[in-house]
Amino acid sequence: MRLRLEARPEPSRVAGWLAPLIAAAATLVVGFVLFSALGKDPVQAFRAFFLKPVADLYGVSELLLKASPLMLIATGLAAGYRANVWNIGAEGQLLVGAIAGGGLALAFHDADSPLLLPAMIAAGALGGMAWAAIPAFLRTRFNANEILVSLMLVYVATHLLSWLVHGPWRDPEGFNFPQSKLFHAAATYAPLLEGTRLNGGLLVALGVVALGYLFMQKSLAGFQMRVAGLAPAAANYAGISSRRTVWLGLLGGGACAGIAGVQEAAGPVGQLLPSLSPGYGFAAIIVAFVGRLHPLGIVLASLLMSLLYLGGESAQLNLALPSAVTGLFQGTLLFFLLAADVLVHYRLRVARPAGSPAPVARAA
Amino acid sequence: MSASPPRLALRGITKVYPSVVANDGVALDVLPGEIHAVLGENGAGKSTLMKIIYGVVKPDAGTIRWEGSPVQIASPARARRLGIGMVFQHFSLFETLTVAENIALALDARRAGGDLGQRIRDVSAHYGLPLDPDRHVHTMSVGERQRVEIARCLLQDPRLLIMDEPTSVLTPQAVEKLFATLRTLADEGCSILYISHKLDEIRALCQKATVLRAGRVTGTCDPREESAASLARMMIGGDLPHPRRSAPKAGAERLVVDRLTLPADDPFGTSLHAISLAVRAGEIVGIAGVSGNGQKELMAALSGERPVADAGAVRLDGRPVGSLDAAGRRALGLAFVPEERLGRGAVPDMSLAENVLLTAHRQSMVRGGFVRSEAVRAFAEQTIAAFGVKAAGAHAAARSLSGGNLQKFVVGREIRQRPRVLIAAQPTWGVDVGAAAHIRQALIDLREDGVAVLVVSEELDELFEICDRLAVIAQGRLSEAKDIAECGADEIGQLMAGSFIAPGAHPHRHFSPAGALGLDPPPEAEAREP
Repeated sequence: MRLRLEARPEPSRVAGWLAPLIAAAATLVVGFVLFSALGKDPVQAFRAFFLKPVADLYGVSELLLKASPLMLIATGLAAGYRANVWNIGAEGQLLVGAIAGGGLALAFHDADSPLLLPAMIAAGALGGMAWAAIPAFLRTRFNANEILVSLMLVYVATHLLSWLVHGPWRDPEGFNFPQSKLFHAAATYAPLLEGTRLNGGLLVALGVVALGYLFMQKSLAGFQMRVAGLAPAAANYAGISSRRTVWLGLLGGGACAGIAGVQEAAGPVGQLLPSLSPGYGFAAIIVAFVGRLHPLGIVLASLLMSLLYLGGESAQLNLALPSAVTGLFQGTLLFFLLAADVLVHYRLRVARPAGSPAPVARAA
Repeated sequence: MSASPPRLALRGITKVYPSVVANDGVALDVLPGEIHAVLGENGAGKSTLMKIIYGVVKPDAGTIRWEGSPVQIASPARARRLGIGMVFQHFSLFETLTVAENIALALDARRAGGDLGQRIRDVSAHYGLPLDPDRHVHTMSVGERQRVEIARCLLQDPRLLIMDEPTSVLTPQAVEKLFATLRTLADEGCSILYISHKLDEIRALCQKATVLRAGRVTGTCDPREESAASLARMMIGGDLPHPRRSAPKAGAERLVVDRLTLPADDPFGTSLHAISLAVRAGEIVGIAGVSGNGQKELMAALSGERPVADAGAVRLDGRPVGSLDAAGRRALGLAFVPEERLGRGAVPDMSLAENVLLTAHRQSMVRGGFVRSEAVRAFAEQTIAAFGVKAAGAHAAARSLSGGNLQKFVVGREIRQRPRVLIAAQPTWGVDVGAAAHIRQALIDLREDGVAVLVVSEELDELFEICDRLAVIAQGRLSEAKDIAECGADEIGQLMAGSFIAPGAHPHRHFSPAGALGLDPPPEAEAREP
């Protein structure tokens, strides 16, 4: 007996719902073996990963706090990915967005205007877009590969931020640490819930996801971007501009990443630091695909990713698991989720070995 | 001979797909040395049946007997071991490899060894398919590539050769050569299954025909004793409608091409030289020609897929539109049916409804930038109904449709937008006779409504049937359009060979890897006697 994959005539809805469950089951099996082999109680480990982090209100607020930038960035990236515009540099766009917004906060450090925070968000979006415009320009003008250009610009952005907080923007009273001054109240988010770090950034993120949903699923422009991704010749036939597609895809992703950068700086961090982002720009790529490039899926995937972040820490703390093992477990889950999605477009068939009896002939 | 069992005997072959019964109790006998036609409209189940015989698809029920004994054909490899060869409609050759290398790849180790080059020469010469084993495939015309495919099958000593619509890529001269080869093969005892919907060819070549309709055998006959009309009746279960058309009453010039010159955009393409043409409201103008003489480039320049620098070279209703892209020209009332329906005329992975949105979104399907999905679905459903598209519904993915059905859908989508100018490239290519008649009538109806229609086709019969005026494209140049009543088939044939081109104007010719797509002229076209 042999298994083989057979393309479905249409994507299966049932398999679409089933695939994450299959992935979860497979992860539990692998996790069970993994934790048992390490001499840990698997049930305890699963509890540490998936339940402990959200056992109280603070845990839930942290979950939402970390999910916000992920869903924000992933939504922007998904719009481009659907059009085969491969922006891998959201991390860099996030940092430049933070620099632009944070620069505004530092420039108006003593201002007490309610407009400062919105202005910072706008500046962050523009900063992210400017950074993303570089690969867009090079792609449309010189056909340079946007994957490489956007990725390499991440390192440039990292060093740009590092230089700023080591040099011109270093807090003079910061004991020589590479960090900027702390932003004032007008330049930071107030907590949504007393005693937590959760802030209005979540609402901005959800608003952007809603806009992304309208754009990708309901608008003509979003449809045309999907056409450009699926069949470039058909896009040209219908007069859909490939340049516009590249620009829209990259600028959309850059704007979302830039906003996420400002919200990190103006939210939980409160200043500019070299370690501003724990890699949200890269994690969002996984979130976008685990969410099947659909805004609603992305919200769920960002919550899952956030839970994995928190669960990994919790497992390290509670069970003394090495971080390599928690990383392995996280990777296993993401791997199974992406792998199980194959079933949406393909079905498993048992191939009959050659020479076995054929079905009985039916009367014609 | 009559005492020997049939080479291949099928009984009760049934194959059910989720949405359609492809084959329903099909019986078929192929005798040794017989050229046997399998006739049917698109979706009648011809391809499924051939795939079953070649081991690509497994039947749900039924028996296959090979030379009298029951067999299971589990894979193409098994089919080849039995002695079954198949030449597909779409070639599977590596363009960067030589003929011999391509053939060696397909043969098993036992046959690929030895002096393969010499054997290729011998076999191909014997069957009148001259081939140079050391030539690279990318330098070969479509007709020559088909020879490679056939030679590849012949080197495996087939006793049954399946040919799937082999002439759709050939010029009339190349078709004659192919038929000679097939007759030689049959005389030596090889059986041939010949799939086609071209009735004249079948009557010229085949001794027996099995007709399929909706997955069932509706009759077997000797096609030499039937008329094209009686064969068509068996295929579609009724009489073919004859196109109705009124006397020409052409109005103002809608589409004007004015000395359009365009260098080829890839090294293997055809450059266009000073092409001039006018299509008036209420007339159908045809462009005949052997494929690869600039049709593709002209269509791209007219549709706006490749804008031209000289805006005035293409005019719609007097407006220069040469520099507009396809969307800009559509906004001015242009509609276009491209040659490739899948991937260009339609997005394979999108539903039919979404494919309506691709070009028809100006039909009040968008409000404030947002798609009105009910309007889109309604347009798709009406198109499916009006053009008899066989599909599971507006939600069906474009790639789930057979080629002919998708063509009907694309043609219907463009026509139903009520364009001012419609350009159609190969509107009935690969479409069965019933649907082709329907599409032609729809084009004529557009003309009656005062639309300017330009049709590019390689089927001369079709052009003579529907056109008011006819021009010929050869080597990137266009002959003057003439009234159809003044055109004789011989004269058109000479024009197709380039007789109207002034001596000395002969452009540099390229060989083309694009030839695999049917884009470059087979050398036979140039060998045509003026």
